[in-house]
Amino acid sequence: MTITITEAAARHVRNFLDNRGSGLGIRLGVRTSGCSGMAYVLEFADDSEADDQIFEQHGVKVLVDPKSLLYLDGTELDYTKEGLNEGFKFNNPNVKDACGCGESFNV
Amino acid sequence: MALLQLSEPGQSAAPHQHRLAVGIDLGTTNSLVAAVRSGKAVTLPNDDGEHLLPSVVRYTENGIEVGRQAKEMAAKDPLNTIISVKRLIGRGLADIKSLGNQLPYQFQDGDAAVPRIHTARGDVSSVEVSSEILKSLVRRAESSLGGELEGIVITVPAYFDDAQRQATKDAATIAGLKVLRLLNEPTAAAVAYGLDTGSDGVHAIYDLGGGTFDISILRLNKGVFEVLSTGGDSALGGDDLDHAIAEWIMSQADIDRDADRSTLRQLMQVACQAKEALTESDSTAISVVLADGASWQGELSREHFNILVDPLIRKTLAPCRRALRDAGLTPEDIEDVVMVGGSTRVPRVRELVGEFFRTEPLVDIDPDRVVAIGAAIQADILVGNKSDNEMLLLDVNPLSLGIETMGGLVEKLIPRNTTIPVARAQEFTTFKDGQTAMAVHVLQGERELVVDNRSLARFELRGIPPMVAGAARIRVTFSVDADGLLSVEAQEQSSGVRASVEVKPSYGLTDGEIESMLRESIDHAQEDMEARKLREQQVEAERVIEALTAALEDDGDALLNADERSSVESALRTLAEITRNGDHAAIKSAVDALEKSCEFYVERRMNASVRKAMSGHSVDDFE
Repeated sequence: MTITITEAAARHVRNFLDNRGSGLGIRLGVRTSGCSGMAYVLEFADDSEADDQIFEQHGVKVLVDPKSLLYLDGTELDYTKEGLNEGFKFNNPNVKDACGCGESFNV
Repeated sequence: MALLQLSEPGQSAAPHQHRLAVGIDLGTTNSLVAAVRSGKAVTLPNDDGEHLLPSVVRYTENGIEVGRQAKEMAAKDPLNTIISVKRLIGRGLADIKSLGNQLPYQFQDGDAAVPRIHTARGDVSSVEVSSEILKSLVRRAESSLGGELEGIVITVPAYFDDAQRQATKDAATIAGLKVLRLLNEPTAAAVAYGLDTGSDGVHAIYDLGGGTFDISILRLNKGVFEVLSTGGDSALGGDDLDHAIAEWIMSQADIDRDADRSTLRQLMQVACQAKEALTESDSTAISVVLADGASWQGELSREHFNILVDPLIRKTLAPCRRALRDAGLTPEDIEDVVMVGGSTRVPRVRELVGEFFRTEPLVDIDPDRVVAIGAAIQADILVGNKSDNEMLLLDVNPLSLGIETMGGLVEKLIPRNTTIPVARAQEFTTFKDGQTAMAVHVLQGERELVVDNRSLARFELRGIPPMVAGAARIRVTFSVDADGLLSVEAQEQSSGVRASVEVKPSYGLTDGEIESMLRESIDHAQEDMEARKLREQQVEAERVIEALTAALEDDGDALLNADERSSVESALRTLAEITRNGDHAAIKSAVDALEKSCEFYVERRMNASVRKAMSGHSVDDFE
């Protein structure tokens, strides 16, 4: 079971954490909602839970709860630009199909 | 797939429910759009990486251009290229003309409340021009953020009056945007610097933009901002510094004042470049191409530049002094001075402001972007992306609001510098017996007499049940919402009849007028007090005359003999005469004298009405 984060994504996370002034790292997760079953959670993390898995890469701690990890195993978190828009992108090998915009997905 | 942003813990939005909101700094010279992304407020650039959008709109037969493209054509096509539209928004043609003849536009003749400018694409209003700038920024934001905007926060100078604020809102409405709130520019700057998370204290926001100057004194109290006072000059800014340089070039290069428009535009551009160069270097070369094709070369040192602009910069310190006085403070009370606006990059500005407030000004955030960044933070909160960090911003109304009372006097309901939103109510009554309607005249200003103040609106409350003078109770409520827009309601308490008005766009005040209104109220304080005393006494005398005349008509014949009646009537005439010509003391003693000379009549009336009430009853009935 593993989650990876690209150098570009890590740089932006570090930058955002510095700017925020506090936070342990970031939390990745999934929850059931959205038009196609599941939706990603991407948040600042202030505390870790007892059964969280913590992946550390490029100086960034990524926290994932065990239930979400089932759906996220093998995911790479990237940061990309698409035209003027920029943001984080989940490259998740478990996804079978997603809704048109990709905000929600099925495994 | 869609690109995601980091959220605060527990605040991840459900898919398709990202609440996107941006802050827009709609500036005189340049405009900006900013948004909070992954917890950080940033200004959004266009495809070419430019953050500032020149607030310039050009109308051609083929379409509408906004920004740099339009600005570059300004010198070649001055009549169809609208610059500094913020100076025109919410103003009448008379006000615009009083701005001086620096504007090259052809205004449509006529007395329309909203002046329209002739362009190659038809006549346009200042609201429509502003709306084009907003549309351009929003298109940029929507492609940057990858979705439709839920709402926007637009910043306006603290000095904008109701008409100018409403016109700004109208510009957003025309562009199809929802305004979450209008925010005063200085308040936005304080938010950008995060002064709200610091320790309690008093801060000054010094904002010298392209076309406006604002000073605001803010107090942070337990994490809440309160605007203690505001002041400024909405016709003073970096453009004026450019003008000072341009005039110097004209005198050096022997260019006439009535040179053609494109030469004048070129001069302004060269002057602006020289000013910017002198921020970094001690001296700069200037070159101007004259109308006859010849060119002029010159050199401007920072030292000489300082001499040219010193009077302008010092002009900003008077409003600073006034704002401090309004807040009851001295320069020593100010903890931080936040520098806003591109013109605060001029080293001489920082120097003089630092000297005045006796503190090193804050300049860490790009002074061009700081307002947009604050607006974005506010927009993010208002749209509901940050529930655990409630921030309450308090603004003030810049001029007192009141209504006209008898005698042409102003009764102030909301004094100037009251924090808004606010609602205040006061009860008024009728002046005449059987009065069934009342005119409500809403005024803005500091003076005591109606004629010296600005009229905002008039409306009538009708359907008041007929009662004797002074018996009706009419409650007038003034409310100013968070955007500084005023609504006034009058309600008669016994019948519940009501009427109300919202102040709609009307002629804006000229910049000088706001300042001079404040100044005059101080200069004429004594005079105004005397005038108020006189008018109050005149109203009192008129009330007495009214009541006595009504009484004479009612029972004068029954209760008075011919001699008595003629003496009362002559006393009445004397009072009427003195009321017209005398001073307040003379009127007062005449009123007293009349009341004394008519005591016997009042007594008889009392007895008569008691007799009437008791006739047919035995004394026991009243026990």
